[in-house]
Amino acid sequence: MNSFSYSRPDDVNAAVGEISEQTQAKFIAGGTNLLDLMKENVEHPQHLVDINHLPLGFIDELPEGGLRLGALVTNADTAYHELVQKNYPLLSMAILAGASPQLRNMATNGGNLFQRTRCYYFYDTATACNKREPGSGCGALTGYNRIHAILGTASSGNTPQCIATHPSDMCVALRALDAVVRVSGPNGDRTIPIADFHRLPGDEPERDNTIEPGELVTAIDLPAEHFNTHYTYLKLRDRASYAFALVSVAVALRLDEGGQIAEARIALGGVAHKPWRNPAAEALLTGKAADTTLFRQVAEQLLDGAQGYGNNTFKIELAKRAIVRALDMAYAGSTQAGDAYKQEDIL
Amino acid sequence: MQTTLPKQPVTRPAPRLVPTQPVTLTINGTPHQLQLAPWTSLLDALREYAHLTGTKKGCDHGQCGACTVLVNGKRINSCLTLAVMKEGDDIQTIEGLATGDPANPESLHPMQRAFIEHDAYQCGYCTPGQICSAVGLMNEGHAKSRSDIQELMSGNICRCGAYPHITDAIQEVMQQTPKNA
Repeated sequence: MNSFSYSRPDDVNAAVGEISEQTQAKFIAGGTNLLDLMKENVEHPQHLVDINHLPLGFIDELPEGGLRLGALVTNADTAYHELVQKNYPLLSMAILAGASPQLRNMATNGGNLFQRTRCYYFYDTATACNKREPGSGCGALTGYNRIHAILGTASSGNTPQCIATHPSDMCVALRALDAVVRVSGPNGDRTIPIADFHRLPGDEPERDNTIEPGELVTAIDLPAEHFNTHYTYLKLRDRASYAFALVSVAVALRLDEGGQIAEARIALGGVAHKPWRNPAAEALLTGKAADTTLFRQVAEQLLDGAQGYGNNTFKIELAKRAIVRALDMAYAGSTQAGDAYKQEDIL
Repeated sequence: MQTTLPKQPVTRPAPRLVPTQPVTLTINGTPHQLQLAPWTSLLDALREYAHLTGTKKGCDHGQCGACTVLVNGKRINSCLTLAVMKEGDDIQTIEGLATGDPANPESLHPMQRAFIEHDAYQCGYCTPGQICSAVGLMNEGHAKSRSDIQELMSGNICRCGAYPHITDAIQEVMQQTPKNA
C-alpha cells in the first residue's frame, strides 16, 4: 500500500471541506473495498478522510412512511434492523446474500453504493483496463469474461470499452425499491434517484456513478411502498455462499385483491455496469395473473439486446430462467431463495 | 486468447511522505500505546506492534477470515481496517478470550474448549479466526439452525476442511448457552 495522510473530521461540512482541499483524497468508512484496492495498487489516494465519526449512523422513519438509512449504518445492522426486516425484507435478503458476516459488520450503506467492479482485469494492474487506466484497452473483452456484463455495454465505437459488472447485491434491491440517495457536497445538498446514481460505461468506464467531486453520501431513503409480501432476491453464483452473483434477480410484486399483478419491479444484478431494470418488461405483468409463459416473455424482454462475449454467454439464458423462477417465487409469496437449504431450528 | 497489455505506463505523483503517529488501541482490555503509520492495518498493528500473534494473516484481502477479531463485540476482518480507525474501540483477540490462569484448561472460553473437544482443526492456522468468528456469531444471535451456523461462518475458510467439526463445536456451545443470555 502506498503512503497517505489521514484525518478524522466529526461533522459532514468539515469532511466535505477536507476532501475538497486535499489532492487525490478519498473518504473511508468501512474500508473493505477501498483498502483491498489500495493493497492491489488499483487505488492510490494521497489522503484519506475517515468519516466514521460523522453523525450518519441512524435509521429513521420518514413522515410519509418511508425509511431513511444513514450512510454509516453497517450492512449487517441494516439487514437485521426490525423495520427493514418488517417493511423491506427484499433489502434485508439482498444484503444477507452478499459478502461474509465479518464484511457486513464493517461495510456501510454509503460505501456499498461505491463498491467497484470485481473484474479480474480491473484488479490486475499488469493488464489493460479502461476503467482503471482510461484508453489502455479492455483485457476482459478478449480474455476470460465469465463474470462479465451482457447488457448495457455499448460505447460510441464498434467494441465496448468496458464489460465490467457492478458487484453489489444491496444496490439491486435498492433499484427495485426505487431508493433515493442523499448527498452533501461543496454546492449543498441534493438527492439522486438510485436509477441515476450508477451509470453505464459508455465512453467513460472510469466513472462508476454520477457523484460529483467532493460529494458525500449521507443517507439512502426508501419510499413508503414496502413490497413485503410478494418479493424475492434470487442469487445464482459459483458457490452457495460468500461469492459474487453470476446473475441475481430482485423481484417486488404488488397484487390486487383478485391476485393479479398490480405492479411489478424486477432488477437484475451481475449482468451490467449497474443494477438493470426494464420498464417495458415490467409493464407486461400489469393486470396479469401468474403464468410461466408470460414470465418467460418478461424475461425475454428484460434480456432484449443482451450480448455475450464467450465465457459469459451462458448468462443470457441463465438470467432468463432466473427471472422466471424469481417471479414464480415472489408471486407465491412463500418460498424464498435460500429456503431450500434450511433445516429445522435446533438451537 | 490474447492478453492486451497497457499501451504506456501511467505516471502518478510520488507517494506522500507521512510520519508515524501515536495511536492508542485498547486490546483485550489493556491500552497499548503504539507509534503507527496511517496505513498500518489493524492486523499488522496487532501482530507486529502489539506483538499479539494469535491473530493470523491469511489472504490479507478479507477473503479467508483468519484475521477475524472482535471490535466492540462484533467480528470483523482486521486486515481490511486501519489501526488508526479503531482508536477508542474495544478490540478483542483470541488472546483475550480465556479468563484467569492460562495454564488452567478451565479458564478457556467455552468456544475454545469446544474446539478442542470436537477436534475442530487440523493445522490450526485458521482456528483463532474461526473461534473469534464463532464468538461473534453467538453475540449476534441470528443463528437458529445448523445450516444457519454454516452460512454465518462462511467468512472463515479452513483449508484442512474441518468444517463439520467446527460446526459441531459451535452448535454444542450454542445449545449449552441459555437463549436469553
